Amino acid sequence: MELVCPAGNLPSLKKAVKQGADAVYIGFKDDTNARHFAGLNFTPANIKHAVDFAHKGGCKIFLAINTYPQPRGWSRWETAVSSAADAGVDALIVADIGVLEYARNKYPDLRLHLSVQSSATNERALAFYHENFAIQRAVLPRVLSLTQVKRLVKKSPVELEVFGFGSLCIMAEGRCLLSSYVTGQSPNNFGACSPASAVRWTDTPSGLQSRLNNVLIDCFQEDENAGYPTLCKGRFRVEDNTYNALEEPTSLNTLDLLPELYLSGIKAIKIEGRQRSPAYVEQVTRVWRQAIDLCMHNPELFTPKAEWQNRLAALSEGRQTTLGAYHRPWQ
Amino acid sequence: MRLSLGPILYFWSKEDIGSFYRELAESPIDIFYLGETICSKRRSMSLDDWIELARELTAHGKEVVLSSLTLLESESELTGVRHLCENSEFTVEANDMSAVQILNEHQLPFVTGPSVNIYNGKTLDFLCAKQLTRWVLPVELGKQELIDIMEDSAVKPEAEVFVYGYLPLAYSARCFTARAHNLPKDDCQYVCQNYPIGLPLRSQEEQTLFNINGIQTQSGERINLVEEVAGMPGLGVGVTRLSPVAEINEMKSVIAAFDRARDGETVLLDEGQSFCNGYWFGNPGML
Repeated sequence: MELVCPAGNLPSLKKAVKQGADAVYIGFKDDTNARHFAGLNFTPANIKHAVDFAHKGGCKIFLAINTYPQPRGWSRWETAVSSAADAGVDALIVADIGVLEYARNKYPDLRLHLSVQSSATNERALAFYHENFAIQRAVLPRVLSLTQVKRLVKKSPVELEVFGFGSLCIMAEGRCLLSSYVTGQSPNNFGACSPASAVRWTDTPSGLQSRLNNVLIDCFQEDENAGYPTLCKGRFRVEDNTYNALEEPTSLNTLDLLPELYLSGIKAIKIEGRQRSPAYVEQVTRVWRQAIDLCMHNPELFTPKAEWQNRLAALSEGRQTTLGAYHRPWQ
Repeated sequence: MRLSLGPILYFWSKEDIGSFYRELAESPIDIFYLGETICSKRRSMSLDDWIELARELTAHGKEVVLSSLTLLESESELTGVRHLCENSEFTVEANDMSAVQILNEHQLPFVTGPSVNIYNGKTLDFLCAKQLTRWVLPVELGKQELIDIMEDSAVKPEAEVFVYGYLPLAYSARCFTARAHNLPKDDCQYVCQNYPIGLPLRSQEEQTLFNINGIQTQSGERINLVEEVAGMPGLGVGVTRLSPVAEINEMKSVIAAFDRARDGETVLLDEGQSFCNGYWFGNPGML
């Protein structure tokens, strides 16, 4: 089972490689990937450097080109595919049908992974991408229970990768437009959710308010942990209750499920967080490397160490973690 | 330009569904989309019930399309989509790539719903080669994007635009209606039956932000592009889609307004109501 770690810049990438990631996934500095944030990501020149560094350390590079191009920007996606192929990346992570077709036709031998942004949750959807574009792996959306994941592994025509840790999308990825509804920019059309440019913090007598394009997302009292105003993590009113109506600020952590995921045949565990710091990447990679090694050595006897759990919790949104949709009662 | 009525997005009883469509069988609606697209636990209508209803509407001279489930999680849901696709009588609206794949395995033509991500002409043409005959513009795209995609496409199939109703924005494994009642999804007690047009979610400043519909999150306001439809045929739009609202007289007056507008009559938005038409004009959807 591979450990696939995030990197938003070269220092993070180096940390991930040194801590034993099997693969690192990265993106270009534009809207061709779903972490299109200021100051983040790679130019074509330093992608080559990243590939060299990783390969010397025995680590693969996956490159995410996983947003949905519109006609006016199409050439950027073509350029991204070509630049990545020229740099010698080990796989592209792609969502859009047009981009998949282009990449497959132009680079018949290039390994293609289906992005989580394609929302493929079942074996027939996976078969569509496998038969048409010869994808070799798919990343599953964070909507399936553990039982459903296990069943899907048995029937899937391709290898499956699942999210193990990091910020939690609670909506089926690639099918969430909440962010563009409020700000105009979404993961699909821009590569960002609840973009920082739309965020405003205001200290008021009633508390610290967080706003997204002027919409009040939450209001925090002094003793509360003020989280980033991601739309699905806000506190809203439904009927007479004001609460985190969609989800609390929390992160996914599936360390407890690792043996079951491994024994079911899941091929790779993905860590979220290209937007996070090199220190985050270093610590999370170290914990998961140790955990996966121990698990693969003896899955029946594997239990996560308290020290790992504490370290991961400290790196989590709101310092809380959840099993998310893997755990049926969460749903 | 034809007028369609999208699938009912909420959980209504079999009786309410039957009387809703009976009331509209002689309306100006040209195309009815039928079926459960949100939650497979909503079983007031079986596939046979939908097909029977489809036959009744066909007898009234209407075109009927069966709509497939959007977010599939279990094997039984995939089986349900397979049965729908293999109905052998009616065209299917694919709302997930599983339906596209199954329909293609049977060499059947299909239309795609708003949750199939068609953002460029390359994608559109690829699906046309798989027998796509009509597509619904993803709701976060607007007029300019539609023009660009049609220009980019070699085939230029008929486009359908979502012009009225709460916009489908997101789908989750979690049921937010059950969550609002502190119920787990596995014991949801079908509380969504109590909300025939969804459950409003407001900000702490009373701004209506979203509309909760089980595992689906919709826009808090409705879109209403009645002032825009006259210009749509020139953009390659062959069908404008209205999304069902429960109150039948309201539904009928919405249909009547859009029917007049497609005939070229100037129909103005009611100034007393607020709508969310932003996406069409290249703005945030809520504006």
